[in-house]
Amino acid sequence: MSNHTEIRWHGRGGQGAKTAALLLADVAFQTGKYVQGFPEYGPERMGAPITAYNRISDTVIRAHSNIYDPQYVVVVDESLLETVDVTSGLKEDGAILINTDRPKEEIIPHLKGYRGSVYTIDAKKISMAALGKYFPNTPLLAAIVKVAQIMEKDTFLREMRASFHHKFANKPEVIEGNMKALEMAFEEVH
Amino acid sequence: MAKRDRLSGNEAVAIALRQINPDVFPAFPITPSTEIPQYFASFAANGEVDTEFIPVESEHSSMSAAIGASAAGARALTATSSCGLAYMWEELYIAASNRLPLALALVNRALSGPININCDHSDSMGARDSGWIQMYAENNQEAYDNMVQAFRISEHKDVKLPIMICQDGFITSHAVENIELLEDNEVRSFVGEYEPENYLLNPECPMAVGPYSVTDYYMEAKRNQAEGMRHVEQVVLDVAKEFAELSGREYGLFEAYRLDDAERAVVMIGSAAGTTKDAIDRLREKGEKVGLLKIRLYRPFPAEAIADALKNVKAIAVMDRAEGYTNHGGPLGADVMAALFRARSTALATNIIYGLGGRDVRVEDMEQVFEDLQVMIDQDDAGETYRYMGLRE
Repeated sequence: MSNHTEIRWHGRGGQGAKTAALLLADVAFQTGKYVQGFPEYGPERMGAPITAYNRISDTVIRAHSNIYDPQYVVVVDESLLETVDVTSGLKEDGAILINTDRPKEEIIPHLKGYRGSVYTIDAKKISMAALGKYFPNTPLLAAIVKVAQIMEKDTFLREMRASFHHKFANKPEVIEGNMKALEMAFEEVH
Repeated sequence: MAKRDRLSGNEAVAIALRQINPDVFPAFPITPSTEIPQYFASFAANGEVDTEFIPVESEHSSMSAAIGASAAGARALTATSSCGLAYMWEELYIAASNRLPLALALVNRALSGPININCDHSDSMGARDSGWIQMYAENNQEAYDNMVQAFRISEHKDVKLPIMICQDGFITSHAVENIELLEDNEVRSFVGEYEPENYLLNPECPMAVGPYSVTDYYMEAKRNQAEGMRHVEQVVLDVAKEFAELSGREYGLFEAYRLDDAERAVVMIGSAAGTTKDAIDRLREKGEKVGLLKIRLYRPFPAEAIADALKNVKAIAVMDRAEGYTNHGGPLGADVMAALFRARSTALATNIIYGLGGRDVRVEDMEQVFEDLQVMIDQDDAGETYRYMGLRE
């Protein structure tokens, strides 16, 4: 069986979960993988729960369904733990990554008995420190790359810098802050 | 040289349009096709195309402007989805009946109601009898490749009909996937310059477009329109052959996937075909003879070729991503069944409505469809010939 990773993102409209999934597809593509990154929209409004997905594979990806049994789940907004079944189908040998400032022990009771690995990161703290604004998706992107071992840190940072130069061509002043957020997240996820 | 990239279906179509560099692109935004004119507006603003990009006030106007441009002798197109297509209704027929080559990048989305932004084929299926050529894509690559081939088909002297290049809303339009792009100069030389035979802005040969037709002439005009449609299959194949020489990617009227020795087959349109291929590979590993016929050209409908490709199949599920409200199935079901009847097929066939309003299609769903086909064979009975897949009780 070839190497095939599936990731599900849970966020709220406006937090950038879709953008993070697309950036992850982007950066994995740069390492020669076949990729998919796509959103699933509910009502089109800020704050509504949205889901986004990634498939990353060594072979061509043909399936166009949503992902029901992911290896990894990323929770961009911890308030979703109360309303969305975020661990649904999540593989026990996989992991869940949650954006929170609370200690892991306080989060685990909300995971409906999930027995796989649990990682947390305070994306707000990192984002405020690095960017002065709250964009949780940049730190979470770095954190999931580390947790899911999608690529080496150096390769990731190099590819993200190139990606940011393209994405932020009209506002290069935000590139360094975003790079700092990625580096901090790589160290602080645990 | 091909360029490997990763793009959403909307970006891919927008890039194809940049490479084609059409003369006129009037547009009005609607989810999920908005990104196509949005990306293209940047290309126009950055001077990457010579196109006259016209932001208009409605889809009625965008199609009207495209028609006016085409009648004047320009290469024109627009993009839309769902209710936007519905609002173009009158113009769709005017474009086709005036034999005006032009393209519509359609991103399939359910029609209201209930209001819904996600994929099904109810928008374009409603327009299937409007006289437009319709082509569908499984993924971003096919959406791009079909767009590159669109004007060659639409403008062909034996055809001269408008063409709708369809892809599945969100499922492919908003999914970033790997893709191979052609070089700009390759696309431009493949598509070529548009040199209309007759056009309004030609002082050497004054003409009228869209005049009144009395009863004495109307029927002959419609038959002439059908004559254009009769040439489409061959032109599609000829253009595909040339495209394969350029890109290495082969296209036909439809794609037959593991169909040669299949006893059970699914016939469907769009992105769920990729999911179905995964189901087929799983079942083939267990020795099950299952296959897929994925429609690329839906209008005109290549009935004889489809019936021929299905001639050795024992049981067929025709999958419709649109209701027909006939009480016995959807539009693709009706077309395939008629084709099989004319070919005196003895296959068992059922018509399944699926995926409405973006309802997800899983590999397991398609495995179940093939299992249901086996039951039909075992019982020598098609059972319910009009079913729903994935309906919640």
